[in-house]
Parts: sequence; C-alpha cells; structure tokens
Amino acid sequence: MKYSSEYRDPALAKALVEAIYQDVQGYAGRMTLMEVCGTHTMSIYQHGIRSLLPSQVRLISGPGCPVCVTPITYVDQAVAYARRPQTIVATFGDMIRVPGSTSSLQLEKARGADVRIVYSPLDAVSLAAKYPEQTVVFLGVGFETTAPTIGGSLLEAEKRGLKNYFVLCAHKTMPAPMAALTSDPELQVDGYICPAHVSAVIGSDAYRPLVEKYAVPCVVTGFEPVDMLRGIQLLVRQVVAGEARVECEYSRIVKPEGNRTAQAILTQVFEPCDALWRGVGLIPDSGLQLRAAYQKFDALSVLPVEVEEPREHQGCLCGEILKGKVTPGECPLFRKACTPENPIGACMVSSEGTCAAEYKYGSC
Amino acid sequence: MKNDIILLGHGSGGKLSHQLLDELIIPILSQVEQTEQNDAAVIDGIVSNQIAFTTDSYVVDPVVFPGGNIGDLAINGTVNDLAMSGARPLAISVGLILEEGLGLDELREILQAMKLAADKAQVKIVTGDTKVVPRGKGDRIFINTSGIGVFDHELRPVGSAARPGDKVLINGRIGDHGMAVLASREGLDLQTDVATDSAPLNAMVAKLLERHGSAIHVLRDPTRGGVATTLKEIALQSGVDICLEEERLPVSDAVAGACAILGLDPLFVANEGKLLTIVDGQVADEVLATMRRCEFGEKSALIGEITENSAGRVMMRTAIGGLRSIEMLAGEQLPRIC
Repeated sequence: MKYSSEYRDPALAKALVEAIYQDVQGYAGRMTLMEVCGTHTMSIYQHGIRSLLPSQVRLISGPGCPVCVTPITYVDQAVAYARRPQTIVATFGDMIRVPGSTSSLQLEKARGADVRIVYSPLDAVSLAAKYPEQTVVFLGVGFETTAPTIGGSLLEAEKRGLKNYFVLCAHKTMPAPMAALTSDPELQVDGYICPAHVSAVIGSDAYRPLVEKYAVPCVVTGFEPVDMLRGIQLLVRQVVAGEARVECEYSRIVKPEGNRTAQAILTQVFEPCDALWRGVGLIPDSGLQLRAAYQKFDALSVLPVEVEEPREHQGCLCGEILKGKVTPGECPLFRKACTPENPIGACMVSSEGTCAAEYKYGSC
Repeated sequence: MKNDIILLGHGSGGKLSHQLLDELIIPILSQVEQTEQNDAAVIDGIVSNQIAFTTDSYVVDPVVFPGGNIGDLAINGTVNDLAMSGARPLAISVGLILEEGLGLDELREILQAMKLAADKAQVKIVTGDTKVVPRGKGDRIFINTSGIGVFDHELRPVGSAARPGDKVLINGRIGDHGMAVLASREGLDLQTDVATDSAPLNAMVAKLLERHGSAIHVLRDPTRGGVATTLKEIALQSGVDICLEEERLPVSDAVAGACAILGLDPLFVANEGKLLTIVDGQVADEVLATMRRCEFGEKSALIGEITENSAGRVMMRTAIGGLRSIEMLAGEQLPRIC
C-alpha cells in the first residue's frame, strides 16, 4: 500500500505558503474561509495549517461532520431500536457514543442491547442474512458519500429477498446548508473549502448555483496538506481579486459532473426531503428519504417504536460551533463538563467533530 | 488428552485439571517435576535490596494476529514493563482464564508462543494458575502475567527525569501492533501485510544502561495510547515541553495508509515492541548508534527534543512546517464514517 507522499512534500508546501503570503500582501481586510467537511477540519489540525497562514486568513469549521449535524431525536430513535427485543442495531463506529436525550447506544450496549459496529452497510446486510430471526436496523447517516452505499445495501437486501433488514434514514445533502449559512446575516463567509468526497459524487458543478446566487468563491480540494494549501491559495486569490468561481484542485478524484453510477443509485432509492440539521435548523431539500418503492426498508414506517421527548443539553454550543460562529474554546463546557470520554455535544463525539479535533490537537 | 476442547471440568481442581496441567501446560511452560510442585515458587538469584514488580492482563481480540498471539504478547508486555524500570526481568507468573470450548490446539499454540517468548527474553515462568469459565462468560482466553525483576546497578530511569536539552529516541517504526490487530478483526477486510512489533526489549535496555548509564534519563514503552500519550505523560511528570519532528517519525507506508483509510493517527496507535528513551542531548547520537546495533533497534530514530521547563506541553513540527499540539488519547480511536 503506497501512501500519497507527494501530497505531503515539505518543499511544495513551503512554496505554497510563501505564495499565499504574497497573494494577501496589501490586502487590508480579513477573510473568513469555511471548511465544510469534517475530514478537512481534522487535516487542518493534524498538519498545523492554521499556524502557517498569514493573519489576514481565518479558517472556520462548518457543518460537515455527519454525526454532529444529526438531531438528538435521531439518537433517541436509535436508542429505542436498540431496546427493541430481537433487534440488532448496526452502525458506523462514531454513532455509538453520541449522547441522546437520556441515553446513548454505548450505554444501551453495556446494558445488554445488541449494537454492532460495521464498516460497510453490506456487513449489516450479511448480519440480516446470518440472523434471520432477528431484525437488523442500520443507522443511515452521512452525506452523498455514504448514501449510495446504503442505497446499494437496500438493492442487495432486495436481491437476496431479506425481509429483516431496515434503515433508519437521516441522510443529508450538500450544498443546501452552504446556501443557508451564506444567507445568514450573522455569519460572513468569504469562501468555501468544499467537501472532497461529497464532491466526488455530486461533482464540482454542483456548487455553480451557489456561486451564481451568492457570489461566494468555492474551491474543491483534497485532504493532504499540499491539497489544502493549494485550495486555500485558490480561494485567497479569488477573494483578493473580488471574484467568485468554482475551482477544483482535486481533479484527480472529482469530475465536474461527479460520479454518475453513484448518482443513479441515489436517484433510484432516495428522493429529496426537508431535513433537520442539529444546530442549524430545518433546511429545505437538504435531506434524503426513501422512495415509495423502498419504504418497506424504512425502519420508522415499518417498525414503530416509542421515542422519548427530546431534551437538548443546557449550555452546549454545538449549534453555534457547527455554524462557525463560535470556536470550541468559547463554549463554557469545552474541556470541563464536555470531554471525549464524556461528551455532551456531538461535536466532541465524532473524531471529525470540531471540538474533538481541537481537544486532540489543540491550537498552538 | 481425549477431548480436544476445554471443558468446565478442566477448571474443577480435580482430575481433569491435573491432566490439563500435567499433560499440556507444565510440559510447555516450565518443566517443573511433579515432586517440586508447591503453592509458591522459590526464586533464586535476588541479591539487590530493591526489586521491580509489575502485573498486566491481556484480553486482545482476536487472540491470534499477524506476527504473534496473546501468549507472546503477555510475556513480552510484562518483560518490557520490568525492563523500562531499569530492572533485569527474572521471573514471571501466568494466570490463564479459559472459556469452556476453547480448542486445545489453539491453547497449545498460545502456550508454545509464551514459552518461546520467555526463552528469548531469558525469563522463567515460575508459577501459574488456570481457571475455566462457562461458555459465553469469557472470550476464549484471558491471560494475566506478573513479573519480578532485579537491579544489577543503581540506575533508576523515571518519567520525571526529562530535562531541557534532552533528546527523544525511539527504536523503530510506530503503530505496527495496533494496526496488525485492527486489520485482523472480523469484518474489517483490510488487505495489508502489517505484523505486530511485539518483542522483548530487556536486552536493549541492558545494553543502553551498561554503555550510557545515567545519560539515560527516561525509559517508557508506548503501548496503549501510543507514542503521543506516553510522551504527554512524560512531559507532565517532568514539567517540560517536548517538541517532535513529524518528518523524523518512523512510520511504515502500510501503517500510514491503513491509518489514513480508517481515520486514525499512528501517533496514538499501540506498540508492543517499542521503547521511548529520553537521553542527555550531549550523547544522543552515541545512544542512537547503540540502539541501532541492538536487535529490534535497526530503525531507531531521534524524533524530538525537550525544549524548556513548562507545564508539560507536547508539540509537533509537522512535515509541512506547521506546529500542532499533541494531547493524550481520549476514549478509543474509532473509525470514521465519511
């Protein structure tokens, strides 16, 4: 397994940093760039990218960690399924520690619930085949990167004639929340570092309407440090020149039209719906629900459970952090009541959450 | 033995227990004659007025993984804990907790790995205990090992002894053990050739202390929590700042690649055959040369330095020149979802 060392080349990175300094020379204002995706947030911390940038360039984190933007009601629903007899809840790892109103999947697991961490939805389909007397509920969270794989798992379950595989669906899509944030008068975003793998599916052209409507620069970039710095440089140049375009630094993965195969599965299985984003609120056409032909796999429609009244945790500023209005250090709970071992807000749970990244890597 | 799996009766203390001990465990681990079997072992060769004493329990899942199994892990782990205190590991106890239904062939393989590891580290397995729990009440096999070590000198490297100007050295590539175990877990079809680094480090420690004496300020094995967590502990204990150079950190392409796929950071991944040593900066190059001549030390590297007295911060200069702070591992590293 060869790793992408070219994109970590110190000489290239140094040259890019110098070029960014030159590009902002004489720029009087301060520009705010938002990285939407949680993996970009991690990369910025992991490589110490903030410490390399000129003072005119400020990076803030956006709502691109799927665990973080999942509403507390969803966690409560998952907990209710975990308590359901003869039920296996299958999930990606990050979800199990997310606190719901009064419990979490981790807690239910310790109390005896059957909660399994899987690395692919197809593993959950295999569980359903292996335990026909059980009901398997897979937690379908994530953006356009994970949604096609969950769509694919439904097609597979249908092909195998499985009647005990269901999805608790809370998929979200881009770039709807970026439009919502751009039109928020309390927030000034001068440019977006667009998500990388979401863009591989939806294509870089997906950001054109956003750019045309709001005149905000959008650059798609990869996760390696050289990718990040090059993406930031492209944004800085647009902001300084007063331009707004879609540019793609990550053309080795992202095509303007995206991945047609993945898009076809998305269209076949899902249809757009309004979705609730934790911290941000209801955003029209920003989620995915199962089409009528696939409702038979929809956990909430087929397997009714009683879900407790949602109770948000007092004092938690995850909502403001997800919008980039507040940094983790400004939250009164950060590092005190809220830690990765005992998270109160979702931003502290996911390894890609802003608070978890700040806690782990700190800021120098 | 007629049965090929562990039965509840093997833990009864009766005939089956004796069969298990006399026909499988003792012949492999210690060769103590039946007439010499007593309630406690008598250990010769202790002349120092201090001993080192440690204990550790092993519950790794899966019990067999690329490059090793729970048996050699249980020996090497305790040998290394003793070695890091500066002691010479002398004697080890073995507590086996077996789940009803465990295959005897598998148990034999694990015991043989323990024996090989003990011979390699030149420690004796002197006492032990075996219990059997009903099926479903354990997970195949758990092992506890305790160990005693003696001091052949007055040197006592401790975590609070790092000083500004000291250098940080490690004896090779990081993250191999954690990735080897993770990659062999059921359900994670990660095709990689990473094997555990599990190894006894007592010979290397003995050589380091013999040649460089009091210049060896700190010795630690970065096991669970990885290099990051161990260095943070040292920084706090010594009240110093540690600065690492990312470019000097030895990480194999396979581990770096697997970590990238799973969203993990090799600095936080467990090692089982690595030692971190913090040494007098004046002789760091000579210590490094000694380490590189030792078995398990060919890829040793100088990875950072102690910069100043402080509240105990750990920083890393990243490969691209950025600066980031390093905290202890919090919770478990979980795979990412997007």
